[in-house]
Amino acid sequence: MALQRINAMAIIKLTINGNEQSIDVDPQMPLLWAIRDVVGLKGTKYGCGVAQCGACTLHLNGEAVRSCVTKVSRAAGQKVVTIEGLSQNNDHPLQQAWQQIDVPQCGYCHSGQIMSAAVLLRENPNPTDADIDVAMAGNICRCGTYPRIRKAIHLAAGAEQKVGKNE
Amino acid sequence: MNTPTVSRRNFLKASSLTGLALSLGIYIPTNAEEAEIINAAEADSFGVEMNAWIHIEPSGKVTIFSHRAEMGQGVYQAIPQMVAEELEVDLDKVNIVFAKGDNKKYGNQVTGGSSTVRGSYKNLLTLGATARQLLIQAAATKWNVPSSDCYAEAGQVIHRPTAKRLHYGELVADAMKLETPKNVTLKKRSDYKLVGKPLLRQDTKLKTNGTATFGLDKEIPGMLYATVERNPRLRGKVKNFDDSATRKIPGVKHVFKTKMLVFNTYREGVAVVATSTWAALQGKKALKVEWDDSGFEHLSTDEIFKRQQQALQTQEGLSFKQQGDASAVISQATKKLDVVYETPYQYHACMEPLNCIAHYQDDKLEIWGPIQAPEWVQDAISKEMGLDREKVIVHMTFLGGGFGRKAFMDYPHEAAVISKEIKAPVQVVWTREDDATQGPYRPGISYRCEGVVENGKINAFKLRMAGQNNDHWRGGPKDKANRSTSEGFLKPYADGIKNLSIADVPFETPIPTMWWRSVYASTNGFAYESFMDELAHEAGKDPMTFRREHLPDERLHRQLDKLADVSGWKTRKPGEGYGMAITECFASTVGHVVKVSKGQDGKLKIDHVWAVMDCGWYVNPDTIKAQVEGSIVMALGAATQHQVTFKDGVPVDKNFYSYQLPRINDIPPIDVYVMDNDEPAGGVGEPGLPAFAPALANAIFDLTGKRIRKLPFNLATV
Ligand code: FES
Ligand code: FES
Repeated sequence: MALQRINAMAIIKLTINGNEQSIDVDPQMPLLWAIRDVVGLKGTKYGCGVAQCGACTLHLNGEAVRSCVTKVSRAAGQKVVTIEGLSQNNDHPLQQAWQQIDVPQCGYCHSGQIMSAAVLLRENPNPTDADIDVAMAGNICRCGTYPRIRKAIHLAAGAEQKVGKNE
Repeated sequence: MNTPTVSRRNFLKASSLTGLALSLGIYIPTNAEEAEIINAAEADSFGVEMNAWIHIEPSGKVTIFSHRAEMGQGVYQAIPQMVAEELEVDLDKVNIVFAKGDNKKYGNQVTGGSSTVRGSYKNLLTLGATARQLLIQAAATKWNVPSSDCYAEAGQVIHRPTAKRLHYGELVADAMKLETPKNVTLKKRSDYKLVGKPLLRQDTKLKTNGTATFGLDKEIPGMLYATVERNPRLRGKVKNFDDSATRKIPGVKHVFKTKMLVFNTYREGVAVVATSTWAALQGKKALKVEWDDSGFEHLSTDEIFKRQQQALQTQEGLSFKQQGDASAVISQATKKLDVVYETPYQYHACMEPLNCIAHYQDDKLEIWGPIQAPEWVQDAISKEMGLDREKVIVHMTFLGGGFGRKAFMDYPHEAAVISKEIKAPVQVVWTREDDATQGPYRPGISYRCEGVVENGKINAFKLRMAGQNNDHWRGGPKDKANRSTSEGFLKPYADGIKNLSIADVPFETPIPTMWWRSVYASTNGFAYESFMDELAHEAGKDPMTFRREHLPDERLHRQLDKLADVSGWKTRKPGEGYGMAITECFASTVGHVVKVSKGQDGKLKIDHVWAVMDCGWYVNPDTIKAQVEGSIVMALGAATQHQVTFKDGVPVDKNFYSYQLPRINDIPPIDVYVMDNDEPAGGVGEPGLPAFAPALANAIFDLTGKRIRKLPFNLATV
């Protein structure tokens, strides 16, 4: 392990949910822990740490990334959106659909589920079941809310078509 | 217990204790008499503590305390839904808070055994009704009218003839002074506005914008972060360790040997405490630890099951249930079935890995975490650390899954030990790898099933299980059969079989085992209900008809009829790939029908799952459906994807890349139905799981003629 590199702290500037922030961190620190421990936003979850479960999904310049394997240095000067910043009032069409269908059980995976689904809908406003399978297969839900996730994405897609793009 | 006389003095005292509020709770006498609803003043005059489940303040604000852990199963909703129904308040006007762990106040808070609703619904309904009656009485007195002319609705009492109304808040001061009525009338089921309705959950919004606070999200001032490198063989000690690289990592503050209580054993490890999770994780990685693994066997999976199956061939075991003489009938039969089923060790794999915050200071310990059983944490830790029980305060957060794992005291104890050592608040974070490889696990079990069919009916049924008994870890008796030997098996089956023998062949390993969602039903169900299918085929009967004939019980017949109806069972053609199974646990019965087919690629796929749940009286049908859907997904994974395997005593799979859980693309369409009746309330969170694996295996037999007797199996290569 390259301890010298770990030693070096650095000031990293990034925009989180529209706010510019400077944080003093080890640049090797995964974005996940920087966001949770340093910035203090706890909506983005730790599930596996190895890009297998999707609980830590957030948007880096609009792309869904696994923040547990993304170094915070990669986000320098970039735009990060977490679940807390997806909408102003918990009313992104996906959040509304999630609420209407009561998708969550324990709820731990759903920050990541919604952030993955948001990118899917932006790129494909009317996804088929097969599209959903591909886009959402990286997000595990141990409580097994998958049938409702599928339903809610379809519902949100319908809503988006009516009201137009939201994010 | 005598009717309490409440003195004026006591009122004042109680009021000063609780503020001006109508505060009602349930008092459960220790001599197991019926629970009573009492108010704050009465509690005070008895010198007992009550569980303050409802507070109504003069502002009209209603607070309902939820005393059970919320881990996805919906208690956060179910408890208030019941109380609000009888109290006659709108659910969205009610403030819901988690009660602190305090079983003197709340009674049993262990969230397990699918027990929340079925264990307390009558008390909770009575509690709400008592408050309503007090408020009506207060209004009637104020207006000087008969209380029978008044009714309650949406947080108000209304005088029917004049339509005069008062808000609950305006009545609190008067209601507080009334004696608590001992006989209240509960509402009729047909008058329910909330109970039995698919209301939306109160906690959903917190879970769509990241504001629900799970254990890992909790922070307290001055908190440090810790990781622990624990013994990989689930036992044993630290021989020595080298922390030179660890200590070079910025942010690492302490490194020391630590321990945690695992049932009656200690597991040693090395703790790394740092100023951030990341530093603690790096520090853990850089540790070099040498372990002392002497004094216990280092088993591998093959060896475990080989030993179980040898034991099943040579030992009769401890009898659990016996009627007639199954062994005699079987030994004399010219034709009999004698087969072995095998179910693996399983890991809970909650999405939120274990974690816990502890703050030890001046002989007082405060704990925050995703905890299913706060009182057990209090019990175990106060004893271990020599603290008064009252000095151990447990705060429950939301749980990112529990499934039995978070009803266990090891991780809070470990956090407490570390906090005491460093004299600071600390959050101990388990990595996924720690979570996956440290157990305790669901025990792997082998079953030997023997049976004789005569004239289309079972004449003899003999079953032996060999697998670890979870109770032994908690000091349970070793000379008695596992109390869950027949868990999952429908009781009426047993009533209808002349020669029946169910026994437990004792089997031990050093691997700690524990409850996993639906406990022994999750493995028993596979063996028993697959074997029932084998017997049906042996008898040349339709598997549903065969079960019906062996279940002399009308309630079960109605459920089977419903299952046949919704799944199209009767119009299917044999060999089309339909299978069924039905099991009971935690006082609820669930039947599944699974349909499978072969795709063009020749691979097996699940086309559809139908489930019918009979849990008697219920609170929220949508929550029940969600729980059964989730149970099916969990059962699918356990049947076809994952298992814990051991090599030389070390769990092999460390993370989700090899411990593969079901993903959205693995999930067939699932339809869940709930039976409507007024039978006593049964459990909801677990009973949907056990029947899935046998229904699937039975469907595969129907389609392919291949009998699956070992889990997990690979759907793609059947
Ligand atoms: S925590 Fe990042 S994918 Fe699992
Ligand atoms: S809701 Fe619990 S893991 Fe998805």
